[in-house]
Amino acid sequence: MTNVKEGSTAATNRTAVERKSDRELVVMRTFDAPVHTVFEAWSKPELFQRWWVPKSVGLALLSCDMDVRTGGSYRLVFRHPSFDQPMAFFGTYREVVPNKRIVWTNEESEQGAVTTVTFEEMSGKTRVTLHELYPTTAALDEALAGSAEGLPEQFDQLDELLAGGA
Amino acid sequence: MVHYQARLDATFAALSDVTRRGVLEQLGGSDASITDLAERFHMTLTGMKKHVSVLEEAGLVVTEKVGRVRTCKLGPRRLEEEAAWIEQHRQLWSARFDALDELVDQLKRKEKADDQRKRR
Repeated sequence: MTNVKEGSTAATNRTAVERKSDRELVVMRTFDAPVHTVFEAWSKPELFQRWWVPKSVGLALLSCDMDVRTGGSYRLVFRHPSFDQPMAFFGTYREVVPNKRIVWTNEESEQGAVTTVTFEEMSGKTRVTLHELYPTTAALDEALAGSAEGLPEQFDQLDELLAGGA
Repeated sequence: MVHYQARLDATFAALSDVTRRGVLEQLGGSDASITDLAERFHMTLTGMKKHVSVLEEAGLVVTEKVGRVRTCKLGPRRLEEEAAWIEQHRQLWSARFDALDELVDQLKRKEKADDQRKRR
């Protein structure tokens, strides 16, 4: 049995991800730039879309509308080579405090998380903490492979396999 | 990988029974004692104990005795899945944050250059 350490990451990687509780995920990273610069990269759509969709993910960003202020909304539309239909991600900014905090909702699914990003100045550098809070434990569990929702389907496949097996 | 194959066999054997699959679905919702499970699936305690031990050997369930009650919950296989999922998540964020790192660096340099121009 492998022993799973929380947030265990390759030493070379500076991005830490951990499941903080049964409803929360946290991602942390420190950037070598002042807070206002990092905040700008999160709050200006023309800058945001240059990094939010890394090439390695294989998604193409079709459109990106962001009104980054408290009460404003956003909508991102992606295309993935293996799907005919584009995918839309959208929600509202619950709270925007320049150079401090951005809080938004993820409304494309019933069980979407609330995402809070905080920016902390640390002697010229900026620590970014991204916190996802899911409405229920089940919602986060659902995101996990082998979740209760995935089980019946796996069992169906297994049944077929077993029925066909000698 | 003989070891892997053996474990896979144990998993398939464990999952080949409708009651055992039901037990896993129950435990996916909440932990339960062997007595609870026996009642829920209309079985004898001995029958349920056998099912649980098969699931336990496959690593799908872990049991813990507290006082006189043996509680069952989903086993470490779930933890592996969870670790794999977190790793996927981490790769996405690493890729994103590497790109952000680069961008922030460009912005910083541009700002410096602008500042120097202003001072001249």
